[in-house]
Amino acid sequence: MSPHLILRVVSKLLIPMIVVFALYVQFHGDFGPGGGFQAGVVTAVAVILYALIFGLDAAKAAVPPSVAQAGAALGVFIFVGVGFATLFLGANFLDYDVLHPNYEHRSGQHYGILLVELGVLSTVSSVMLVIFYAFASRVPDIKDEEW
Amino acid sequence: MGFDLTQILDYSLIAMLLAVGFAVVRMRNLFAAVMLTGVYSLLSAAWFVSLDAVDVAFTEAAVGAGISTVLMLGAMLLTAREAEPGGATRHWMALVMVTAAGAALFFAIPDMPVYGDAMSIANSYVGYEYMVQTPEDIAVPNVVTAVLSSYRGYDTMGETTVIFTAALSVMLLLGLGSKRSRKKDGEDKA
Amino acid sequence: MFDILADRAIYMPIIVLMMMGLYVVVATGNLVKRLVGLSIFQTSVCLLYITVGKVFGGQPPILPPAHHGEDHGEGHAAEAGHAAAAASSHDAPVHDAPAHDAADHAEPAHGEAAHAEPAVADTGHAEEAAHGAASHAQDAVQHVADAAHHADAAPVHVEGAIDGVLYSNPLPHVLILTAIVVGVATLAVGLALVVRIREAYGTIEDTALSAADYSAETGGRE
Repeated sequence: MSPHLILRVVSKLLIPMIVVFALYVQFHGDFGPGGGFQAGVVTAVAVILYALIFGLDAAKAAVPPSVAQAGAALGVFIFVGVGFATLFLGANFLDYDVLHPNYEHRSGQHYGILLVELGVLSTVSSVMLVIFYAFASRVPDIKDEEW
Repeated sequence: MGFDLTQILDYSLIAMLLAVGFAVVRMRNLFAAVMLTGVYSLLSAAWFVSLDAVDVAFTEAAVGAGISTVLMLGAMLLTAREAEPGGATRHWMALVMVTAAGAALFFAIPDMPVYGDAMSIANSYVGYEYMVQTPEDIAVPNVVTAVLSSYRGYDTMGETTVIFTAALSVMLLLGLGSKRSRKKDGEDKA
Repeated sequence: MFDILADRAIYMPIIVLMMMGLYVVVATGNLVKRLVGLSIFQTSVCLLYITVGKVFGGQPPILPPAHHGEDHGEGHAAEAGHAAAAASSHDAPVHDAPAHDAADHAEPAHGEAAHAEPAVADTGHAEEAAHGAASHAQDAVQHVADAAHHADAAPVHVEGAIDGVLYSNPLPHVLILTAIVVGVATLAVGLALVVRIREAYGTIEDTALSAADYSAETGGRE
C-alpha cells in the first residue's frame, strides 16, 4: 500500500472531470459565466493537480514543457490572426461581422468570439503551466532543513 | 428594503475579510500568510457572487485561490519560511503613511456613487448601453463575454499578450523547465 | 452629511482592507510577504470596483437567451430605438432595443406597464423607484395612447431596467476580469525575481539586501 493511495485514486477519477468541466466552461461562456480565462485556469489546475499527486516528472511526460510553451504562443497567434483575417476580408481589425455572411443571426460575431476565446484558453492554460513548471523545476537550496 | 439574509451574508463576509486581512498583517510565518491570502481570495469570490458579479467571482476563485496560492507556495519553498520582524520605526512610519492615504480616500467617499443605485453616473452611460445594445449587435446572452471579446476585443488582445510576456519573463528568469534540467546553476541556460 | 456617508458606507471597510494590504507592503522587509500584501491590496481594489457596479434588485448581467431569437421582428424598432437612444440619452422613456412584439404595439405596451409595477415592487429602493416608475408609467400610457401606430412602442422605463428587469453594470466586471488575470501574471514575475534574488544574495530581507549591495559597492572591487 503506497502512501497517498486515496489521493491517487480520487485524483485519477477527478482529473478527467476537471478537464471536461474546463471545456464546458469554455464553450458555455456565451450563455453563462465562463469564457476563455476561467477555462484556461481550470485546465492548468488539472495538470498541476496531476503534478502534485504523481510527481513533476510524470506531469512533464504527460504535458511536456515544450508543448506548453508552444501553446502560449499559439493562443496569441490565434487572437491576432483573427484580427488579421478580418483585415484581409475587408473590414476593420477585429471586426467580426465579416467572418460569416449571415448577419441576421450575427453568426460572424459568434465565430469571432469562439475563435478568440479558443486563443485565450490556449494562452492562459499554457502560461499557467509554464510558470508552474519553471517554479517547480528549480531546486531549492534550503534542503528542507527548516521544515 | 429591510434587513434580509443577503445583508447578513455581506456583513459576515466583510467581517471575515477584515479578520483575515488583519491576520496576514500580523503573521510572520510565510506559509500561514500565503494560505491566508488564498482564504482571502476565496472570501472575495464569495462576496463577488453576492454582488452579482458571477464571471469575476469565477475568475477570482480560480486565479486567486488556485493559481496564485500555488505560485506563492512554490516561491516560498524556494526562498524563506519566516519573515523577520521589522523595526518599530518602520512600523510607525508605515502606519502614519497608511493612515494618511486612508484618510484621503475616506475624504473622497462622498464623491463616490451611491451603493446600489441603478441610475448612478457609473451605471448609466456606457455600461447601460452595452446591456441594451448587445442583443442586436452580438446576440450573445452573456454580456460580459460580449463586451470582453467583441466590444473591447483590443483590450483582451493586449491582456493575452501581457500574460504571454509574463510567461516569457518567468522562463528567462527561472529557466525553461525542460525535462533534463534538474540542477540549479549560476546563470541562465537554454 | 451622515446620510451621504450612510448611502456609501460599503466603501469604508473596502478602503480599510486596501490600507491593510498597503501596510503590509510598506512595513515588512520580507519580499515574499510584500508580494502577499500587494496581492491583498489588488483584490481589495477589485472589490471596490465591483461594488460600484452593483445594482439593488439586479441580476447578473446575463440576458435571457430568448432575446436573440427575435431579430427579424425588430428591424425597424431596433433602428428607431437606436436613433432615439443616440439622440436623447437623458429623456425619460429610453427605447429598449429588444422591443416587444412588433405586431401589436398598444397591447404589449399596456402589458409592459402592468409588468413594470410588480417589477418595481421588487427593486431595492422601492420608494423613489416607485415614484419614478409611476410617473413614467403614466407618461408611457399617455405616450402609447398617442403613438399607437408607431413602430417604436414606448416601453415603460423602470429606472434603468431592460424589459422590466434590472441588471448589474457589466463594465466593471470586464475591467476587473482583465485586472485579476494580469495581476497574477505580474505576481508570477515578481516571485520569479524574488527567487533569483534569494539565490544571488542568500536572503530576501530588504535591509540585508541593501547592506549587501552597499558593502559590495564600497568594500570589494567589482
